[in-house]
Amino acid sequence: MSLAGVLDERRICICVGAGGVGKTTSAAAIALGLAERGRRVALITIDPSRRLAGALALDALASEPQLLSAEHLAPAGIALRGEVWAMVLDPKRTFDDLVRRLAVDEATRDRVFANRIYREISGAVGGSHEFTAIAKLFELDRSGQFDAIVLDTPPSRNTLDFLRAPEQLMQFIDAPSLRLFLAPAGLGARFANRAAAPAMALMRRLIGIDLLAEIALFFAAVGSLVGGFRERAAAVEALLRDRGTTFVLVSSPEREPVRESIAFAAQLRQAGLEIGGVVVNRVVSVRDADASDAPSDAPATELALVAALGERLGGLVAASAQRAVLQAHQDQLGIAQLRGQLDGVPLTLVPRLDRSLGELETLGAVTRRLFA
Amino acid sequence: MIDGSPAPGLLGRRLVFVVGKGGVGRSTLAATLGLIAARHGARTIVAEVSGRGELAQLFGVAAEPGEVEVAPRLWAIQIDTERALDEYLHEHLPLRMLADLVGATRLIGYLAAATPGLRELLNVGKLWELAQPERRVPDGSPYDLVVVDAPASGHSLALLTAPRSFARTAQGGPIARQGGRIDAFLHDRRRTAMIAVTRPEEAAVSELLDLNGRLLREAGLPVDLIVVNGVSDERLDDADARALRAVLGRPPELPARARAAVERTLAADLESRIEREQIERLAAGLPGVPRVELLRSYSGEFGLVELEALATQLEAEL
Repeated sequence: MSLAGVLDERRICICVGAGGVGKTTSAAAIALGLAERGRRVALITIDPSRRLAGALALDALASEPQLLSAEHLAPAGIALRGEVWAMVLDPKRTFDDLVRRLAVDEATRDRVFANRIYREISGAVGGSHEFTAIAKLFELDRSGQFDAIVLDTPPSRNTLDFLRAPEQLMQFIDAPSLRLFLAPAGLGARFANRAAAPAMALMRRLIGIDLLAEIALFFAAVGSLVGGFRERAAAVEALLRDRGTTFVLVSSPEREPVRESIAFAAQLRQAGLEIGGVVVNRVVSVRDADASDAPSDAPATELALVAALGERLGGLVAASAQRAVLQAHQDQLGIAQLRGQLDGVPLTLVPRLDRSLGELETLGAVTRRLFA
Repeated sequence: MIDGSPAPGLLGRRLVFVVGKGGVGRSTLAATLGLIAARHGARTIVAEVSGRGELAQLFGVAAEPGEVEVAPRLWAIQIDTERALDEYLHEHLPLRMLADLVGATRLIGYLAAATPGLRELLNVGKLWELAQPERRVPDGSPYDLVVVDAPASGHSLALLTAPRSFARTAQGGPIARQGGRIDAFLHDRRRTAMIAVTRPEEAAVSELLDLNGRLLREAGLPVDLIVVNGVSDERLDDADARALRAVLGRPPELPARARAAVERTLAADLESRIEREQIERLAAGLPGVPRVELLRSYSGEFGLVELEALATQLEAEL
């Protein structure tokens, strides 16, 4: 089964992998390829560094889906029968929207927005990025506006955090001891709770009273939202395991990304999530490096180079070709390792592309490789 | 191979953070720096925050909890937040209260997970503890140097700003005092250094420039050294590039293989020029910050032997 074959049967594709391996370009290429096959695709990135905008040759992306025109995408050379809508996720705004939707009234909403701890959580700290990303995914999926959604995840090692985000949020909210904090009365009432008293004394000693009061206020403020959060987190978690959802692991053949990819794959499998494909970018193929020939040909090539370019420059070119051979062999090792660990998962190689190509030409070339 | 001379430059400080985005070789650099310092006779520990035991793997030892000796005078540790919390509680609470801990650890664990920045504070607190001339944990031996394999960019920022934000938010409590102490240590440039790693690629350079700006603005911490990893250095001079393009365009036709080699050399030259542009962009964004460039390696495996070789290359540059 090819990557394209898997993607044809899925609604949601989540691209994961180490940083700096062309994950964003791969996600954009997958979106483009699906649109070529007639689907209406939402392409979401969480990466604030404008990498997706760059890959799509745009100055910036909005936090609402924006339709990419066929004229704009023309240099990619992909004939679109469907549509690509791109957006960058604004975690703070997504979190705020969620609170707006779940809050029973305006007063509750404003109390949550005003809380210092909420302001920090909804910013960039901890797992909130991850949670809001999948919350948005869920929302877009449910809106029925799109028949495919491609998500470019944050470039980091913490894929596990990303997968655990809904579960963690739920565990946190369901923790019985935290109900203490959810009681509407003031701190004093909670200290009166005999079971909790020693723990509270400890916490006061550990954290200091001001912070504790702040945390209590936070829980009091979000308390009314808990039911909604719990429902949402459960639905999001179910969506990740849905038969229509698949994960695409993006790597390069280099040592560190290969090692990280293998670790990601283990995490995904342990979590019972489907790995729909592996994309290996920037491969120097043995054929390109021309190493498929007998080594005895190398001296002949060098002689021809020296004859045409002189001793110094000819030697320099021969040495450069030799490095390409080394690189190609090294890449083969990385690919073999990935293959060995990901038996049965379609693996697609994308060659190292000519750096003089424009963004959209590059994107088109990657798309053709992924959907070949 | 101790040469007895003090560890070079930044390695003479007590706490060195290696920051940068994922996949640029942060762990490898942290391990290499540790190796260099240990060679100079410094008792060194390399600490991995939010890692998966990659350091142990690099040194070819099994990943174990706690401080593990991986080479002569060199240790490695994976920072474990729960353990750090436990150590903190044991240091700060009277025995009478510790007895109550049994029932309260879960609650404390939940709160630690829920309080924004508390995990980061505990982690950076452990790094600080490792760097103290007098260790806080029972049986802890002091280190001359702690090299931190910091988490990827955004998470590093959270780690480095946590002490300051707790010092402000938790006014007066023990956590505020602890936060203030750690923050002062981080800002003491005789004791703490920041080394930023990147690759000569647009995304990596942009992320580093962004991280540097945020480190300065939000944490008040400047970068002391930039390490550019994986530089290809296959740039041709203009006359050579012209000669190669000419040979492709004129008869007699080169044999196919020689022609492919010439094309490959020109492509590598272009790659190298694009890399150079990125390095220049980096230099312009971080004026006055010293920079070390490490060449791309073409060897497949990476273990202790390669680390030693990299240490030798880097040491000459420090």
